[in-house]
Amino acid sequence: MSALEIRNVCKDFGNEQVLKDVSLAIDSGEFLILVGPSGCGKSTLMNAIAGLEPVTSGEILIAGEAVTWKTPAERDIAMVFQSYALYPSMTVRGNISFGLEMRKVPRAEREAAVERVADLLQISHLLERKPAQLSGGQRQRVAMGRALAREPKVYLFDEPLSNLDAKLRVDMRTEIKKLHQRLGTTIVYVTHDQIEAMTLADCIAVMRDGRILQLGTPDEVYNDPVDIFVAGFMGSPSMNFIAATLEGGEGGYRLRIVTPDEEDLVLPWPVSRETPDLARRVGQQVVLGLRPEHFSEEDLRLTDQAEGTLLEARVTVAEPTGADILLRLPLGAGEVTARVGPKCRVAAGERLALRVDMGRAVLFDSETERRLA
Amino acid sequence: MTHSTSVARPARAAARRSSAGHLQAWLPRLVLAPSVAVSLFFVYGFMLWTFILSLTNSRMLPSYDLVGFAQYARLMTNDRWWVASTNLVVFGALFVGICLVVGALLAILLDQRIRQEGALRTLYLYPMALSFIVTGVVWKWLLNPGLGIQAMVRSWGFEGFTFDWLVNPDMAVYTLVIAAVWQASGFVMALFLAGLRGIDDSIIKAAQLDGASLPRIYWRVVLPCLRPVVFSAVMILSHIAIKSFDLVVALTGGGPGYASDLPATFMYAHAFTRAQIGLGSASAMLMLGGVLAILIPYLYSELRSRQHG
Amino acid sequence: MDNVIRRRTPAARCWRLALHAVLILAALFYLLPLAVMLITSVKPLDEITAGTLLALPQSPTLAPWAKAWGEACTGMRCEGVGGYFFNSIAIVVPAVLISTVVGALNGYALTKWRFKGSELVFALMLFGCFIPFQVVLLPMAQTLGWLGLSSSRAGLILVHVVFGIAFTTLFFRNFYVAVPTELVSAAKLDGAGFFRIFWRILLPVSAPIIVVSVIWQFTQIWNDFLFGVAFSAHDTQPVTVALNNLVNTSTGVREYNVDMAAAMIAALPTLVVYVLAGKYFVRGLTAGSVKG
Repeated sequence: MSALEIRNVCKDFGNEQVLKDVSLAIDSGEFLILVGPSGCGKSTLMNAIAGLEPVTSGEILIAGEAVTWKTPAERDIAMVFQSYALYPSMTVRGNISFGLEMRKVPRAEREAAVERVADLLQISHLLERKPAQLSGGQRQRVAMGRALAREPKVYLFDEPLSNLDAKLRVDMRTEIKKLHQRLGTTIVYVTHDQIEAMTLADCIAVMRDGRILQLGTPDEVYNDPVDIFVAGFMGSPSMNFIAATLEGGEGGYRLRIVTPDEEDLVLPWPVSRETPDLARRVGQQVVLGLRPEHFSEEDLRLTDQAEGTLLEARVTVAEPTGADILLRLPLGAGEVTARVGPKCRVAAGERLALRVDMGRAVLFDSETERRLA
Repeated sequence: MTHSTSVARPARAAARRSSAGHLQAWLPRLVLAPSVAVSLFFVYGFMLWTFILSLTNSRMLPSYDLVGFAQYARLMTNDRWWVASTNLVVFGALFVGICLVVGALLAILLDQRIRQEGALRTLYLYPMALSFIVTGVVWKWLLNPGLGIQAMVRSWGFEGFTFDWLVNPDMAVYTLVIAAVWQASGFVMALFLAGLRGIDDSIIKAAQLDGASLPRIYWRVVLPCLRPVVFSAVMILSHIAIKSFDLVVALTGGGPGYASDLPATFMYAHAFTRAQIGLGSASAMLMLGGVLAILIPYLYSELRSRQHG
Repeated sequence: MDNVIRRRTPAARCWRLALHAVLILAALFYLLPLAVMLITSVKPLDEITAGTLLALPQSPTLAPWAKAWGEACTGMRCEGVGGYFFNSIAIVVPAVLISTVVGALNGYALTKWRFKGSELVFALMLFGCFIPFQVVLLPMAQTLGWLGLSSSRAGLILVHVVFGIAFTTLFFRNFYVAVPTELVSAAKLDGAGFFRIFWRILLPVSAPIIVVSVIWQFTQIWNDFLFGVAFSAHDTQPVTVALNNLVNTSTGVREYNVDMAAAMIAALPTLVVYVLAGKYFVRGLTAGSVKG
């Protein structure tokens, strides 16, 4: 039995379809992240799960029970809001215990729950303050505490970290991950931040235009994207897309990349990754997807055993980030980004030999943008 | 997580809550229903009712013998109605215009970092808290030629000074303007002041860096930003003007004769004291028409700007 | 216009002087009627006829106030305006309370529990703010008759509530629109219902708008004359109607000092409210009208 199951949910606002036949299911204790650009329907889906917005059609089940037409209170879920939505007139203690009070939990139990949650989140010293007297990070903790005080079947997090500054966001991200590991709760988490998605999720649903494009583990979504959108959305800097022509036939496909003012680059497609589909595409335009880390600087000492194909290009910009260096190089019609080690000594304008790990490259149909291989 | 507190509860409460869910969906409508009903009956129903009365020959008591638009035709040939309507145009235009100028001027002057701003603002605004009846009674006393301002100025040695508008049929309507401006211009000042405070400081700073002088900044940069305020103020003031009834009753009593009548007093006199319910209703409907003529363009522009914004 | 550097040239100083002069003159203009009213109300009658408007009283007396309160003639009766003052209170207090409560609930339902047509409902009710009341006078008189409320305080309370809720609903709606809806969503998830969310979450943050609504309704209803004169009898008249009758009763000598004292009595409650809470009143009123 799934902790949460969504079956063919559609949602219309007037003539606009914001959710188009969305289905998914997660198990108890799983951390699901809904990710996508703004307007993709992820927040609407979350509100539909919470019962804050009725769906047009479809079914929602929580712990096997159909809740599609139940009120939010009847669904037994807790939610952390982007704006935190702390009750301004109540103290932190009042905020945390309000949900228990509404469910007629006896006072002693309420007090115990507040203490437990305050301990967990290290906000015991803030309990008598009003939300207006708290910093952004403290408010965020209280908002989580309010959700954790109850033990609902599902927790919903609606972009809970987006109002925090960068440093605090990273800290809280780690903390949420720890909490989840410790408490084993079922969490649905909405974000537009793909790093949050990658670091926190057991399971990621990438959404666009009201549809789930791909539902899978972070590894699957990152390394095995179903289309150009998912491939481009996950990862930072994002994947390079290079127009190429597919050549060859049985036993050896090649990708020809035409770069102005350069010799054509021909990259062999690994035999192990051939698909039957490729045969029909010979001679056609395809899109080659290479992540920045699929490039590596050529190390002369390793030349003999290193895998992958060698290419050479003139560096246009070198951006050291500290941990590594991002290089911009012309390849095909545009430029690509390559991530190399921090020790690579290269300046703009110099030519550099790079290795491409074709074993992890992906190939897309240039028209449908679907994955080919 | 320690499952100790609430796990067993939902099952027990489930049956009750489902119906509660239904109730929850209907409660907002139930709460609004009485107000909507009241509004439909007492506002829209009454408007229709008055319209029907205006089509009858009701005199002392309402009757429902329809006579078409005869009452409106009578109104059009009624000298007193024309005086009242003309007075409303004169009164309304002067009242709205002077209030806007005085209010805007005071607001701009008050906006120059005046130390006693709070106290001055309170003084300018307090008349708004008074009843028009009180305003009328006070100004009747001030404008009384025998003992008021005229007498005071004469006692200072200006023997020829004459200020007898209150008893002069040609001028009585202007006394209404004076009293009404006194009462409402502070309110317009407050509107403008709030508008001025809402303007982004950096716009003014940018204009100063561009080398504009202060009056020019106000005229070219600030006032155009206050268009919505002007609009709101015109709307509110016109509304006050059309409804003006108590001020006339208390200050001039519509007199001398009916020289300072307004449609509001005309309507009351005919409907309640002169047993001309049909005619009074017709005049009320024309007043409503006047309000709608101002209101509809206002709401239209409001809605349009909301869609854009 | 703060934080702007200005040169303190002689011309600028002259300008500041003129600025203050204009502002003070304006203040005198607004103050004059109140001052005259107050001065006149404590002068004996002979000083009034002999002296001028602004002459200070030689022998101040509270007799005009006492007479205005307890003996002055308002039409046929000579019992002063005191009784009518209490009539006004008896009408104003329930009317203000009821219309504010109804307006608050309406505003809450219209903003936080939107449903299909809720905007239409709001527009429908909003129109009540704009109608000239002359258009409802005759049907209202007849309806009050049917309800058995003619010339009663209850009838006047009903009238003021009916035509006040358009305003109070507008105030509360505009206020609650700005309160984050997520607060209500959070409370729904916490298991609170319609009334409990209102009582525990919305009401505690509504103090500013309650003040505005109460002050607005209080001044509107206290200062009302039209409904008072149309729908009341001798013993249920509000103080504004009594004041008008007192001033227009022409028996014997015109006692201007008593007139002014009565006007002061009628004006005092709203003046006091304005002085005590005027800051919030202005803030709320202007916020409402600027926003539309």
